[in-house]
Order: sequence, then C-alpha cells, then structure tokens
Amino acid sequence: MHETSASHAAHQHTAPTSFIRKHVFSLDHKVIGKQYYDLALVAVFIGMGLSWLMRIHLGWPAWPIPLLDKLSAVGAPGGVMTPEYYLSLMTMHGTIMVFFVLTNAPFSAFGNYFLPIQIGAEDMAFPRFNMMSFWTIFVAFIVMMTAFFVTDGPPIAGWTSYAPLSAVGGDAGPGMRLGQTLWAVSIAIFCISSLLGALNFIATTLDLRTKGMSLARMPLSTWAWFVTAVIALLAFAALLPATILLILDRTAGTSFFIPAGLVLSDKLQPHSGGSPLLWQHLFWFFGHPEVYIAILPSIGIVSHIIPVFARKPLLGPRAAIGCIMATGFLSYMVWGHHMFVSGMSPFSANLFSVPTLFITIPMTILTLLLIGSVYGAKMRFTAASLFCLGFISVFISGGISGFFLAQPSIDIYLHATYFVVAHFHFVMAVASIFGVFAGTYFWFPKMFGRMMNEGLGKLHFWLTFIGVYCVFMPMHYLGLAGNVRRYSAFTDDYLIPLIPVHKFITVAALLTGAAQFIFLFNLIWSRFKGPIASENPWEATTLEWSTTSPPPFDNFGGRHMVVYHGADEYGVQSSDGKDYIMQTSPEKVPAR
Amino acid sequence: MATTTLPPGADIALDDHGSGGPPEIAPRPGHVTGSGSHAQKSETGMWVAVSAIGMSFAAFTSAMIVRQDSSTDWQHFQLPHVLYLNTLILLGSSVTLELSRQRIGAIQGAARHASASAKNLLANGIYWLYLTAALGLIFVLGQILAWRNLAAQGLFLATNPSSSFFYVFTALHAVHLLGGMGGLFYVLRKLVRSGGAAETSGLSAFSIYWHFMDLLWVYLLLLLAIRV
Repeated sequence: MHETSASHAAHQHTAPTSFIRKHVFSLDHKVIGKQYYDLALVAVFIGMGLSWLMRIHLGWPAWPIPLLDKLSAVGAPGGVMTPEYYLSLMTMHGTIMVFFVLTNAPFSAFGNYFLPIQIGAEDMAFPRFNMMSFWTIFVAFIVMMTAFFVTDGPPIAGWTSYAPLSAVGGDAGPGMRLGQTLWAVSIAIFCISSLLGALNFIATTLDLRTKGMSLARMPLSTWAWFVTAVIALLAFAALLPATILLILDRTAGTSFFIPAGLVLSDKLQPHSGGSPLLWQHLFWFFGHPEVYIAILPSIGIVSHIIPVFARKPLLGPRAAIGCIMATGFLSYMVWGHHMFVSGMSPFSANLFSVPTLFITIPMTILTLLLIGSVYGAKMRFTAASLFCLGFISVFISGGISGFFLAQPSIDIYLHATYFVVAHFHFVMAVASIFGVFAGTYFWFPKMFGRMMNEGLGKLHFWLTFIGVYCVFMPMHYLGLAGNVRRYSAFTDDYLIPLIPVHKFITVAALLTGAAQFIFLFNLIWSRFKGPIASENPWEATTLEWSTTSPPPFDNFGGRHMVVYHGADEYGVQSSDGKDYIMQTSPEKVPAR
Repeated sequence: MATTTLPPGADIALDDHGSGGPPEIAPRPGHVTGSGSHAQKSETGMWVAVSAIGMSFAAFTSAMIVRQDSSTDWQHFQLPHVLYLNTLILLGSSVTLELSRQRIGAIQGAARHASASAKNLLANGIYWLYLTAALGLIFVLGQILAWRNLAAQGLFLATNPSSSFFYVFTALHAVHLLGGMGGLFYVLRKLVRSGGAAETSGLSAFSIYWHFMDLLWVYLLLLLAIRV
C-alpha cells in the first residue's frame, strides 16, 4: 500500500468525544450513512407491514385484522378496513417506500458511507450540510408518520398525490384535510434534504478525489452515486416548487391546480381555472427521474460487487459509465409516459414514447455488460453475489414489461391494472432492494468490523428471490385479465375468479416478508456476535478495502492515499501471488 | 504472469486501461489532501446550489406559463413602479460587492509591503460589504412596499393566478436574498477573524450566489413584466 506522508494531514474536523456529537448530531459521513440506513430500515419494515395489511384485506376482505382498529377506529371499525382506509395505507406504503427507502438506502446511506472513502477523501465536502441533510429527512419522516395519528388519518391520494383531489382539502375524502397537508409538508422538507445531499455528493466527487483518482478510475458505485446526485439535484428542485404550490392551494386559497366548477361532497369548490394536469407534469418531471434515483445506485453497487466475486474485470466499464450517464440524461425526457391516460394530446404521448423506448437501450447494454461479466467466471457464491445475480434477474423481469408499457396503445389498456404494479415493483422496488441487500452483505464487514452469517444470508436470498417472483409474477396475469389496481376488494363478476390468485399472492407476500426477519436478525446478531472482519475479507481492490474495518474517523488514519489503477484489476497475478491488485498498489499490472 | 513494482514517484506514461503508473491527474490543492481546498469546494458547491435554485425557478416559470394558458381567468395588472428602483438598488449591490472583492483580493499583495496598507484594504473591503448588505436589505424593504402597493389595489395572494405568481416569485426570491445576507455576515465574520484571508472566507462563493440572485431578479422582473 502506498500513501503520502501523514505529516501532510490536515483533517477537516477533529474526532468528537461526546456521545451526542459522535452518534447523534455527527459530522462524520460514516455515522450519517449509518443513520440513513437505520432510518431506511425502520421505514421499510413499516412499509412492508402496510403491504401485509393491504394484501390480507385483498385476499380476505371480510376478515378482521387484529389491532388494526387500534390504529384507526374510523378507518378500520372492528378491524376490517374501509375502502378509504385501504387507500390511506396504499398512499403511505408508496410514499414511505419510494422516498424513505428506495431513495434513502441505496443512494443516501451507502453513498454517504462509501463515496468519500472510495475516492480517498476524509469526509464529504460540507459535513455540516451533510448532518443537516439527515436531520431534515428525519423531520420529514416524523411529519409523514404523524399523518397516521391525526383525526382524519393519512391521505388517500396515492404517493403521486394527483390534483385536484390532493389540493382541495377535506371535501375530497378522509385523510385529505390535515393528513394530506402533512404529506405535502413532509415531501417539501424531503426535497430540501435531498438537495443538500445531492450538493454534497457532487462537490465531493468533483473536488475531493485523492491523488491519482481520475474520473475513469472511480468505481462504478461512485459513478452511479455521482450521476444520481446530479439527477436528484434537478428532480427535487422541480418537486419542491410543485409541493409549495400544492400547499398554497390547500392553505392559502390559490388555484394553481384546482379547476373552476369543481363539486366535491356536494360542495362547489371556491377555486377557478387551475390545471390538474400541471401537477402531473411537475410531479412526473420529478417522478420519472426518481425511478433512476432509486435504481442507478443499485446498478452501481451491483456493478461494483460482481467483479469482486467473479474474479474478473467488469466488461466494458467505460461503456457502463456512458450508459449510466445516458440514462441520467434521458430520464428527463420521458416523464409524459406516466400520463398516457391523463387526457394529454395523443401526439404528446407518442413524443414521450420514443425516448422511453430509447432509454431501454443504455439499460439493456448495462444489463448485458453485467451478464457478460459473469459469463465464464469462476463465481464465488456468497450472499452478496447471489443478490447481485438476483438483481440482474428481477431487473430484466421488470424491464421487459416496460417495453410494453412504453407504448401508449398498450399502456392505455394496462395502465390502471396490476400489470403496472408488477412492472414497477420488479424494476424499481425489488431490483433496488436487491442492490441494497447485496451492498449490505458486501459492506457490512467494513461498516461494523464483523462478518454477517453467510448461511443465513443465502437462506434469506433464496426465500426472497423465490418469494418476490411468487408475489409479482402473477400480477402480470392479473393485469392482462383486466384486474384494476387501487381497489380494496374485488366484487365485480369478472374479478371474482381472480381472487384465488390474490390469495396466493397474499400468502407469498406474508412468507416473503417473514423471510426479511431472517435478514434483520442476521443484521443485529452479526453486529455484536459476528466473526471479526479483516481489512479486506473479499479480496477487493477499491479504497474502502485499504483501511481498517471499520475505518477510523478520518477514514485512512492520517494517510493520504495515492491511486495507481482502475477499480477492476482482477484476474491478474500480483507479485505476492494474489489474483488482484489494489488501486493503491504501485505494482504494474501485466497485460492480460 | 510476472509483475514489476514501480518505485515511488516513478515517471512512466500511464493510461487507465489497467496498467499501473503514477497519478494521471496533476496534484493540486484539494486532490493531494483528500479534503479539498476551502475555496475550491465552496465554489463548486455554490455552482451546484445555484443550479438547483435556477431549476426551481424554471419549474415555477413553466408552471406559470401552463397555468396562464390553461384558463381565461388570468388578470393582468401593472407592476408597482418601486420594483424598477429596487432593481437598480440590487444591481448596485453587485457593484459594491465587486469593489469589496477588489480590495480584499489586493490584501495578500499589500501585506508583503506594509501591514498598514493591508489593514486599510481590509477596512475598505468590509465597508463595501456592509454597504452590499445594506442595499440587499433596502431591496427587500422595497419589495415589501411593492406588496403593500398590490394589496392596496385589492390584489392578494389568492385573488388571481397572476397575483399568486407575483407573490410566489417575489417572496421566494426575497427569502433567498435574506439567506444570502446570512451568508454575507458569515463571510464578514470570517474575514475579520482571519485578517482578510479571502481564500478561506467563502467570499468568492458568496459572490457567485449574490450575483446570481441579481440575475435571477432581472429575469423574474422581465418575466413578470411580460406575463402579468
């Protein structure tokens, strides 16, 4: 290992000694990364619990669910949820999962912890902004959760909060008074947090790379976090104005999104001339890039991990970087494909369809590069590598249905059905979470200095992998059969024959969810009882493996790392008989 | 396969295709330490921040255009004249900021010759910075006058979409400007404590922000003049 003299060290801030500064209001990017992870962990179990409640109700609508009436006596009298309360749970499930899990875990949590280390920096560029970023998102989460406990309950407008119902207040239904306002305020705070986070990621990547860490030598995970930060910066900068206008419509009597002559609950709404479609445009201008904010970090994580366990370099790393950048660029040109049935001009629909099909090209190339990278490899099968392979599988499964939905003529039929539910859960949710699982099993030793239990990890993988296919694959069939989404029960004649499929999905969802407790147990048990991890247990090349597990406060113990190679020097023979060369090793890499 | 070990500092051509070699990028402050030079990263951060602010106002602008075209209820009104005076005041604040930067930038050179001269430059620079803050404050007070003028005409936030956008644009710009004034006092404090070390004070990053606020206001004024 090679590094410059420690005497040149000039740390940005000194190690704190008090408990509060060390573990709560910490400036250390590693602590902040773990805080994001813990918040995402709490959020994902809440979100999963909500999906359990919804699935039980969909399978057996008349069954009382124990204790549900304690959460909301009005929404679930006797433990049986009302259709409106089903919508409340659906809204909160989507919001919690998209914002507080899929944005937090792969991007903010792992990015915060590992981006500075992977480029050889001591911390983020602006540690105080970094701390503010986490604590504002924490406030956003608390505000969102408060919606469960206000009088009229959580909102029913869905995670997309379509206007005009989201803009008018209590006349739009239960949860649409204070609950919906809390939703909008929470999302506005979330936007501010995300902007602070994105600013830090971008400035850190551009300015704090250590000597020798050229852009081309950055690991794919860092590239993905960097591009995601650029996407997030622009996306949340568009969502923030939208939520401000929504809050004004709700609280100040303005008419940005509420049209004239709107009658709700037999009351003429005192607004005029607003455009509900305007909300959809603003929301989806954020919303589609949000899909890539969720998935690109996981693509980066998987691309980073696969070569480690395949013991060979990633195929076409520069092509992969190009694809990540192209995806980021194109993500801003496709938002209208969420609005094919919104009543916008069919000509516009076709205009949005073309870039939507184009964006499949870089994504397909990336997937093929990942497959090509494992082709012919002597794969080391660990929980981390299994989740990487699982990622490729579910990403392809979800991506293929995207080809259908990108075309307006097909989307018009399928848009309001379970086909779309299957699509976005596979391609955005499950794929992203598989990246998080892979990242957790891979980086846990570095983060906590202990190994996770591999046996439990593999069991977790197989139960989850089979489980998610049992949950989401049948939804394609349901959608093609015309099964509408967002309904709380299926009482129409043509839907009754589909109820057994729903029961199967519910059982699969319950079992798959239960398997996540294996992961949770492994996570907590290994934290305290796992075998001690060495500095580089996976024999990886990147900078995070050039320091102790866990890293010291300044990441490298006062050493300033110098980088000599790219991140993928696997499958070579080093002078000390290993099959890889660290990025920090001055050893010359022989031609392959 | 045999490998060789490069001596530290070996000077060989390098590429990024897997062969080892010394660093490709030239060492510069920020890269060498891994913690970045203060001025470099604060300027980068500021450019990123103003991009996000620009994006937000672009979203508001598109919302305004779509909203105006979506219905016939758009009511035009004459902008309060005080806005034009406010514009001159804000542009003046950019001039005073540059006068301050000129003086503080000259401190390093002057310090070599005479510390009295450096002190003089610092005092001068700080004076112009205070004037910048004062002009910023007068601008915000002028905006409040404009709102009172509109209110006197019966135009409030919810009266009409045109007045709604007027209040939203001007209020958000004023909030950003007040935030900038907070930053200005932070810079002033750093300058006083460091005896005029512009590098570590964040003065250059602040000036990016302040000039951007000026430009943004000119853009918003034109937009409002054309649309409302």
